[in-house]
Amino acid sequence: MYRESQIIRNNTPDNYMVINVGPQHPSTHGVLHFVITLNGETVVKLEPHLGYIHRSIEKMCESLNYRQFVYVTSRMDYLSSHINNHACALCVEQGLQVEIPERAQVIRVLMDELTRLASHLLWWGSMAMDIGALTPFFHAFREREMITEIFEETCGARLTMNYICPGGVMADLHPDFQAKVKAFLKQLKEKLPEYHELVTGNIIFQNRTKGIGILSKKDAISFGVSGPTARASGVSCDVRKRYPYELYDKLEFKEVLEDGGDCWARYLVRMEEINQSVAIVEQLIDHIPEGDIQAKTKAVLKLPKGEFYSRVETARGDLGVYIVSEGGTTPYRIKFRSPGFSNLSAMETMCKGGKIGDFVAVMGSVDLVIPDIDR
Amino acid sequence: MFIVDYIKEVFGAIKSLGTGMRRTFWYFVHPKEIITEQYPENKENGQLILAERFRGEVVMPHDENNEHACTGCTACELACPNGTIKIVTKFDITPEGKKKKAIDQFVYRLEMCTMCNLCVEACPSDAIIMTNDFEHSVYDRNELTKILNKPGSKIRDGIE
Ligand code: SF4
Ligand code: SF4
Repeated sequence: MYRESQIIRNNTPDNYMVINVGPQHPSTHGVLHFVITLNGETVVKLEPHLGYIHRSIEKMCESLNYRQFVYVTSRMDYLSSHINNHACALCVEQGLQVEIPERAQVIRVLMDELTRLASHLLWWGSMAMDIGALTPFFHAFREREMITEIFEETCGARLTMNYICPGGVMADLHPDFQAKVKAFLKQLKEKLPEYHELVTGNIIFQNRTKGIGILSKKDAISFGVSGPTARASGVSCDVRKRYPYELYDKLEFKEVLEDGGDCWARYLVRMEEINQSVAIVEQLIDHIPEGDIQAKTKAVLKLPKGEFYSRVETARGDLGVYIVSEGGTTPYRIKFRSPGFSNLSAMETMCKGGKIGDFVAVMGSVDLVIPDIDR
Repeated sequence: MFIVDYIKEVFGAIKSLGTGMRRTFWYFVHPKEIITEQYPENKENGQLILAERFRGEVVMPHDENNEHACTGCTACELACPNGTIKIVTKFDITPEGKKKKAIDQFVYRLEMCTMCNLCVEACPSDAIIMTNDFEHSVYDRNELTKILNKPGSKIRDGIE
């Protein structure tokens, strides 16, 4: 790491300046380190340095059995831990060839969408905070708190749930679940206009995001960018639509697309996705079927020899779980294709030629979660 | 034309600042909308309500005769992903003179526990549960290693 910065310093003309953003920086939302080469205030080169929060999750999973490894994945993208657990559960179920009871499927989709809402709310607050507005963060946390309370009641945890497990879900819904979710939806719908009034309509916010950090459709595809970041560049890549899993093919929702490719487009995509997630939750909340919450599985799971891959749409994009099994109780190799990593790789293209101040806006709009990038 | 746009923008920005300030002021005169709670004061005034399923710590419930339901089958030890639980077993002599496997010590190392609930799921006789006690700070980390079965406790009758 030291050596790389040395190379930049030696290769740059005298008027270039190399600065370090992070690893401890309020706007990097975690331990991400950027080495930015500047010409005056213009970004010439931007290099992310990883490794500060590497926990070798993939290697760790190789020594855990198929029930145990799911809990570690809550700690990857901690803002969509349900969805990470879901991806792992899907992959194991694919190997086991078990059919999941319908109630469990509905619960899983509900939890996924609530997680997406919580994640997008948090992103909204932190993006506004990156750009300089502090108050929206507290507004977002007020609504997000209601979701974490719902999770706490049903799953027993607020952030690292480990609730979706191979075969179904771990516990049945709390009796208050439906009422609480409805109360939350009501409040969110009441407060969303306030969100738009505070941030979306704000001229300063618009000026700082419109036309900033443009990512063209071609670049988005070639960097493998996914999720709202890619959809803001006009790439249709919603896994829920294109490779439906669980119930998503039976649900009605739109894939939100914008074609600006700038921070503003990414902002709009996420704000509209909040509405779509609300629509999905509304479709399901009154129609939770009765029945089992877990399929019958053995106490010790064994996958047949082979390779299994599952993908889901997290709040940040396309998460893939790839398991190579030798037929034992632990995976031979596990690989996670995390959305944050590919999205981060496109950062240089977005920031190059822009001002250093815009870099923070770009980073906010890409919605990076560092433990997801650096597993 | 540039000047006109510029001035328009400045006034637009001032207007949106005003919009934001109006929101802030609205919350200022509606203190009921503020939902911040003060910890630890909220423990006294009853605001702190934890969900009953909240996973704070693994415990082994004992009944009034100092009996628990753990058979020492080590299913929880095997289910735990990070070696938090260690079961030490011994052999009891039953009244008929037979040897019977029983639990000697249920060692639980709180500092390694990730509250994943897998041990509780795995236990066939529901001998361990999660409680919602979350205040775990101590001065010495040795205090975090706990023996969950109480001294002198024994297994409840009728549990195999
Ligand atoms: S909750 Fe999880 S980490 Fe803690 S003792 Fe049980 S299985 Fe182990
Ligand atoms: S707590 Fe339950 S799983 Fe663990 S040894 Fe005792 S009976 Fe077995």
